[in-house]
Amino acid sequence: MAADDYGDAVAANLWARRAVGIAIGVLSWFTWLISKKAIGCSTSFARSAGMIEKLFRGQKVEQRLYYQEVKPVVDWQWMFVLGMIVGALISSLLSGDFGWQWIPAQWAAAFGTNALLRVVVSLLGGVLLGFGARWAGGCTSGHGISGTMQLAVSSWISAICFFVGGIIMAHLLFAIIA
Amino acid sequence: MRTRAPLAWGTLFGIVFGFLLQKGGVTKYDVIVGQLLLTDFTVIKIILSAVVTGMIGIHLMQSLGWIQLKPKAGSWGKNAIGGLSFGLGFALLGYCPGTIAGAIGNGYLDALVGGLVGILLGSGLLAAVYPRLKDGILKQGDLGNLTLPRLLKVNDWAVVVPLSVLIVLVLYLMERAGL
Repeated sequence: MAADDYGDAVAANLWARRAVGIAIGVLSWFTWLISKKAIGCSTSFARSAGMIEKLFRGQKVEQRLYYQEVKPVVDWQWMFVLGMIVGALISSLLSGDFGWQWIPAQWAAAFGTNALLRVVVSLLGGVLLGFGARWAGGCTSGHGISGTMQLAVSSWISAICFFVGGIIMAHLLFAIIA
Repeated sequence: MRTRAPLAWGTLFGIVFGFLLQKGGVTKYDVIVGQLLLTDFTVIKIILSAVVTGMIGIHLMQSLGWIQLKPKAGSWGKNAIGGLSFGLGFALLGYCPGTIAGAIGNGYLDALVGGLVGILLGSGLLAAVYPRLKDGILKQGDLGNLTLPRLLKVNDWAVVVPLSVLIVLVLYLMERAGL
């Protein structure tokens, strides 16, 4: 799909986009007020990685320094991320947008419809993303939204670097490789 | 006594967040990659309007003594290097750790089969090498839990108010420019 097609949709939904942002901001008031927690996601993937590693290697996984600091257990944020899957499912079913899909349109236009290629690149991207999120101690939610609103310098640096790295790779991929 | 109430609240808040991300369109690869290609400004609009709304509310609640904020500690070695690795992966995958949960709920199999597995592998990899990083590169250019107001040696509101005005102005100008 050409960028222009999306441009039209976005233009028609300008206020909707902003309303979504404002609603997320209001949601953050309540996570702080009721749960004393900032919205975040990536720690849960590290906990999950530890839980999965425990299935194979047993209790000694808990001796890893990292898992002493980030315990491989289900906590508030882990349930939050699980809830997100449910929330997006509800929203997409209600709007008729739900559908099984292997290849996004913009990917297909540039790289074709080979599902294996898309999955391999997704996997590689996921490794860099997960590694980077845990290296930086947060993701687009924890640093990009929650950290920047708390005015943390570490979060502002992270958020800027997320987009600098992303803009470079996206242009490399779509302007040079494709 | 331990109770399950916090987990229930976490689930509920997560459902709302996932619902909102899907309604905003950011569970979609095309929207996220469009942002990184600078052709679709959905992601940045949602982030900026969430940050300005959230920022005013949470600082008000802190000023009233209702909550205590917990700005994350970091360093240049931690946040700049980790952030760039995250960014490179962000463009290849087209989802982030939050939006991938939403993408899975939306039915996107590249997110479930490729991305989710990759994120778990990447997280586990970092956990494995963490002892070699902890007191080295992750401490380079240490910032502690520095905040912008403390950096500028001013009251929190002396940053919150002008930054809010700036963000609203940026959102307005983006709309004016037809982005």
